[in-house]
Amino acid sequence: MTPNLTAFLRHRLFWPVAILVGLLLLNLIFTDNFFHIEIKDGHLYGSLIDIFRFGAPLMLVAMGMTLVIATSGIDLSVGSVVAISGALACLQISELGDQNSTGGVLRAVGVALVLSLILGAWNGLLVAGIGIQPIIATLILMVAGRGLAQLITGGQIITVNSTSYKLIGGGYWLTLPFGIIIVAVVLLLTALLTRRLALGLLIESVGGNAEASRLAGIGSRAVLMTVYTFCALCAGIAGLMISSNVSSADGNNAGLWIELDAILAVVIGGTSLAGGRFSLSGTMLGALIIQTLTTTIYSIGVPPQTTLLFKALVVTIVCLLQSPAFRAKVFHRRRRPTGAPPVAEEKVSVTA
Amino acid sequence: MTTATIPGVGRVPRKYVPVLVTAVLFLVMFAAGGIRYEDFATGQIILNVFIDNAFLLVVAVGMTFVILTGGIDLSVGSVVALSTMVAATLLKHGWSPWLVILIVLLIGAVLGLGMGAIIHYFEIQPFIVTLAGMFLARGLCFTIDTESISIDNSTFVGFAQTRIDLGGEMWVSPSVLIAVAVVLVAAYILHYTRFGRNVYATGGSEQSALLMGLPVGRTKIAVYTISGFCSALGGMLLSFYMLSGYGLHAVGMELDAIAAVVIGGTLLTGGTGFLLGTVLGVLVLGLIQTIISFEGTLSSWWTRIFIGLLLFVFILLQRLFSARSRQ
Repeated sequence: MTPNLTAFLRHRLFWPVAILVGLLLLNLIFTDNFFHIEIKDGHLYGSLIDIFRFGAPLMLVAMGMTLVIATSGIDLSVGSVVAISGALACLQISELGDQNSTGGVLRAVGVALVLSLILGAWNGLLVAGIGIQPIIATLILMVAGRGLAQLITGGQIITVNSTSYKLIGGGYWLTLPFGIIIVAVVLLLTALLTRRLALGLLIESVGGNAEASRLAGIGSRAVLMTVYTFCALCAGIAGLMISSNVSSADGNNAGLWIELDAILAVVIGGTSLAGGRFSLSGTMLGALIIQTLTTTIYSIGVPPQTTLLFKALVVTIVCLLQSPAFRAKVFHRRRRPTGAPPVAEEKVSVTA
Repeated sequence: MTTATIPGVGRVPRKYVPVLVTAVLFLVMFAAGGIRYEDFATGQIILNVFIDNAFLLVVAVGMTFVILTGGIDLSVGSVVALSTMVAATLLKHGWSPWLVILIVLLIGAVLGLGMGAIIHYFEIQPFIVTLAGMFLARGLCFTIDTESISIDNSTFVGFAQTRIDLGGEMWVSPSVLIAVAVVLVAAYILHYTRFGRNVYATGGSEQSALLMGLPVGRTKIAVYTISGFCSALGGMLLSFYMLSGYGLHAVGMELDAIAAVVIGGTLLTGGTGFLLGTVLGVLVLGLIQTIISFEGTLSSWWTRIFIGLLLFVFILLQRLFSARSRQ
């Protein structure tokens, strides 16, 4: 193999991209005009656009999750935050005299997002302040959050009829679905903050070794607070999108299992659950893969309920490929007869 | 041995304090319920908690083994659902009920064994492996059927409807006896056998256990197998209780099981805890539901909020205890 090709194959985004392209090509066989994008009434339409549109909430949640996982933490409560934020916004809008008033909708959105920030700060406080394991600290809000969401909606499904609110999850702006624009803006801001400023480096260093970072003079606690708050904010925005898309809030089912999808997206994207390194672009690809998988299953005509089976397969394969122990046991043995590669090379590939 | 002084009780070894706290909480809740509501402070109320939560008790026992080694098993709820689904489907096709039960238990154990093997041999975090197991089991449920399948087999109906009289107008279901048997066997294994010692040692420090020459790998794989088996057995008890198989049974049961174990005083980092604590944890969760149904005006979602609050308090307590014992 030429060195260039090897570098290409070893690139950490190679496998996610390959899986995504493979899934898209599979669609090409089963769906006519899959890659066809047209403009109707000044809006972009097409299967590819739909993947982006329906995948937008997951992309947002996964983005927040990436930063949390980079600090070697995890946030299980995002699904509950999605439900709470959607429920609160819909409740306030349903109480408005004029549901289309921009001011009222903006205030509802603002209050929902502030509550999401508070919930995120609560998680951050438990993890950074009290020092509880992240999995357990966020489990509390995951369990209680569904109850809170139902408390807000009164156990009912609140429906709203507001065109201004509908814009967030179902509307278009400049021919593009509004959700895509939100994701793009948040992604740009996050990339700017983490890759152009020192924040990304700080997050990775806390994830690599929190104690060493503290000794090196990094405010680990502040960094942890920031990522958990940011993660909840992303989940809050995603909650607004989901409830706005269907114009209703369901405290019980909104965002159900989105935490698992988000973790899956992060893992597929090549961010290690051990922390210390993250890839936003990988996560975006991961979220797109999951959404494309869902779309593919619909278009092939397999019962949609089996999506979970495919997800299980994908998680298992991706995790096995990422596991150093698995690579050492399976690939090393197979290669040995044809001349084993130097050990150092193996180590480099581990970071993918 | 470090001890803590508790007024009225005297000095008790520190390791029993979390279990005692849970026991006191249970008694206080029971007493408060008895004062507030008529007909509450009867033995049957506690037995009803057992009857309604027999499946959770069995699942939580399996979860205790896993958490004691410092791992976690997120797949239990899905495996419970899969068990009800497999049982209902096979019974519909006229299979013998005992054979069905055997097959279901085998499926659960094999699933657990598979997850444990992946966790141990490929060194992937338990969290993510059992997450995949969760997806797999739920996916299999829906592949079998998306609708609920009812069970009308006479053996299963018999299990569901038999009342075992305990005298004094108190009764339990056969499921409770099975659950109690599981608890007793598990408590014996955990506290009086070599395997039980290995579980605690692995959870205390995997590295040290390995250096001591303990079979860490075998222990880890075994606890996930036990958890899978317990989930399948829990699934059987749930299908006796519900008399149906459904892919959406037991959604979120993994959280209830983890909550019960934590409230029972088992440290999530592994190595510390008692099976009796888990039993008390399940009883506390069950009593919360009972109180909320007695209250009448409180809606069912308050259960979740209360469980969340309790989790918070107990995790905070754990944190305090472990911080103090380190000093």
